[in-house]
Amino acid sequence: MTTVIDTVKRDAARRADGPVSAAGRVREKARDKGSLYKPRVPIYPKLVHGHWRRIKWILLILMLGVYYVTPWIRWDRPGALPDQAVLVDFFGRRFYFFGIQLWPQEVHFITGLLVIGALALFLVTALFGRLWCGYACPQTVWTDLYIYIERFFEGDRNARMRLAAAPWSFDKLWRKGGKHAVWLAVAFGTGGAWIFYFRDAPTLFVEFWSGRAPIQSYISCALLTATTYVFAGHMREQVCTYMCPWPRIQGAMLDEHSLQVTYRFDRGEPRGPHKKTQGWEGRGDCIDCQACVVACPMGIDIRDGAQLECINCALCIDACDEIMDRVGRPRSLIAYDTDAAVAARSQGQRPVYKPIRSRTLYYGLALVAVSALVVYGLATRPALEAHALRDRNPTFVRLHDGSVRNGYTLKIANRTFEPQAVAISLEGVPGASLRIPGGETGQVLHAVAPPNEVRAVRVFVTGAPGQADQPAARFVVRGAGEAVIAKTTFLTGAEASP
Amino acid sequence: MSERERDDHSGTETTGHEWDGIKELDTPLPRWWLWVWYGSMVWAAVYWVLMPAWPGITGYTKGLLGHSDRAQVARELDGLADLRRAGEGRLKTASLQQIEADPELQAYAMQVGQSVFGDNCATCHGAGGAGAKGYPSLRDDVWLWGGKLDAIAHTIRVGVRSGHAGALGEAVMPAFGRDQMLTGAQVADLTEYVMALSGRRADAAAVARARQTYADQCAACHGAGGGGDAARGVPDLTDAEWLYGSTRTDIHDQIWNGRNGVMPSWEVRFSPETIKALAVYVHANAGGEPEPVVSAPAPAAPAGEGADARAAGR
Repeated sequence: MTTVIDTVKRDAARRADGPVSAAGRVREKARDKGSLYKPRVPIYPKLVHGHWRRIKWILLILMLGVYYVTPWIRWDRPGALPDQAVLVDFFGRRFYFFGIQLWPQEVHFITGLLVIGALALFLVTALFGRLWCGYACPQTVWTDLYIYIERFFEGDRNARMRLAAAPWSFDKLWRKGGKHAVWLAVAFGTGGAWIFYFRDAPTLFVEFWSGRAPIQSYISCALLTATTYVFAGHMREQVCTYMCPWPRIQGAMLDEHSLQVTYRFDRGEPRGPHKKTQGWEGRGDCIDCQACVVACPMGIDIRDGAQLECINCALCIDACDEIMDRVGRPRSLIAYDTDAAVAARSQGQRPVYKPIRSRTLYYGLALVAVSALVVYGLATRPALEAHALRDRNPTFVRLHDGSVRNGYTLKIANRTFEPQAVAISLEGVPGASLRIPGGETGQVLHAVAPPNEVRAVRVFVTGAPGQADQPAARFVVRGAGEAVIAKTTFLTGAEASP
Repeated sequence: MSERERDDHSGTETTGHEWDGIKELDTPLPRWWLWVWYGSMVWAAVYWVLMPAWPGITGYTKGLLGHSDRAQVARELDGLADLRRAGEGRLKTASLQQIEADPELQAYAMQVGQSVFGDNCATCHGAGGAGAKGYPSLRDDVWLWGGKLDAIAHTIRVGVRSGHAGALGEAVMPAFGRDQMLTGAQVADLTEYVMALSGRRADAAAVARARQTYADQCAACHGAGGGGDAARGVPDLTDAEWLYGSTRTDIHDQIWNGRNGVMPSWEVRFSPETIKALAVYVHANAGGEPEPVVSAPAPAAPAGEGADARAAGR
């Protein structure tokens, strides 16, 4: 059995008095007018209470908390280095994350992190459906927050619909005005918090309000204020349906064994209004009360089946459970379930859940492998690193006594926060003498690599007359604890010269 | 207009076109896409008013903001000149040795030196200063006119056989063969003698024949032992460095034709600061003959200028 996303059962959704979901009303409207453009039908999700709603509140507070607090966490680093735990320092070209600091040339760790994120998303989606969309996506979190604010000023679904239809009055003005003011304030707070990730937070806070912050700070803040206000306040489900690629991609991760927010039509159908005096024989548990539809922030009817608009936020589960309690039927008419289980039950078989399938195994293995690689790379990252850049023009210089000199720029990266004294020697060139121009001469040279910086050391290597090219020479840079190698070559032009 | 076909599954109208059994849906766009389009039209109109936009016959619409890319480039070049002026000021007051001892100032001088070298000196001396046949290498440890900072700066200033009043290169190599000062046999013998001087295989009989000729004709400048005369820029014939080539043919050719290199005097073209920068660049690139240690110069301008100099150098 294959899963078809967007298996809308149109006949089931259509009622005599027209469709009830916002998406259905849009379809109907476009159908009637035959317009090239589809107007947005406002959605007024009703507040629900329950298990999943509670989890969503907790996650919302947690994630917003992390977002706002993180830049203010201090982390002591020596000297003039920034004391901010998490900082993307564009000016200093460093990324600080608590005890880890990454250099621009180590951007592959960020790539690794993104690959881990993608694979984790694949695995979670294959197992539990669109958890990301329903709980963790910033669009969902901020929209949830905005709806909370909307509800605070305008009341719940019915009050909001009434207010929208009502003529302009002082009451409507202050409610709408208040809502937009608080929305804008939250949007500004969002953009305002973002910029602290890129510059020392307490300093920037003072700079920002005294007009001395870099222009980028103001622009970033303004942009994020605008996008937050527009996306979470006005666009909402339009962002998910039209702007986000993920709803269209995730169909490739889902199969009939993925847990998704599912209307168990095997139990619900045939649906219909139910009177208290009636029994439950010969009919489904769905009393067609529309509680799931009015709770939906995406404006869809979950009973139409899996749809690309559905973000799996599980609010319809809470809404339905409340109704089931009231009519005295078991909960979970709408629940996290799999297409396979629903199909099995409707044929009178026991549902089978298969969390371990080839795709979850592959996703899991890939995730473990990439994570191990990134962790290994981070753990074995040398504190000292050396690269030798050989002069190419000229490739070698013949000196008055016939000996040959090669010039190198040795780049010594010191990733620690302490200055490191290093001893530089060369292997693979017999009888070579090393010299730092204007400085030391000998077999071993000494230099100090400043903390958290790359020190470029010019080194001249003079080889005895008459020797051939040495293709496998290498500099050994010995720090306090470790020795690192910089491979290079030593050219003499022996073959070329007469 | 006839009723358009409707897709059963999605309930959306089709375009009426069919390809191999696949029909295209005519899904309506969300209306806000239209608003975005209107928005970009408004933006374009605002842009036309504010910024230079429309071409005309004799000019173009200037825009209310008065923006001009050309003026901006000029402003940025002025800014660069300001930055450089700070560095130049310090180059002017510091001695060559002081420049070399101050890493910041040296870095600035090296940047200036590199660009000036590439534009002016590389034609003969090569982009990396490696030299070529007839043009001395500036990377090795052989210096005809002295390899210390002051000597290098002096050479750049006055040049070699340049026509400058104080030019170097008073001593010239005669064309012994071409001008018939020596016979062909004598030049051939001398070639063997010079080969022997630098410790290479040579015809012993020819070396013996040439001994007197060398003492008469060559020793006055190149010295009895062939060691040259650093003070007058006379090359050492005993080392491995050969300005006009090291082979027997090259050496014979040089005795016969007696070429004398010319280097222009750069005093007329470069400011004293540029010559200083160039000298520091050449000196550092070759590993330089060691200089006495001096302390870094006192900053000649307000603090923070070092950073400016670095910025200018980039």
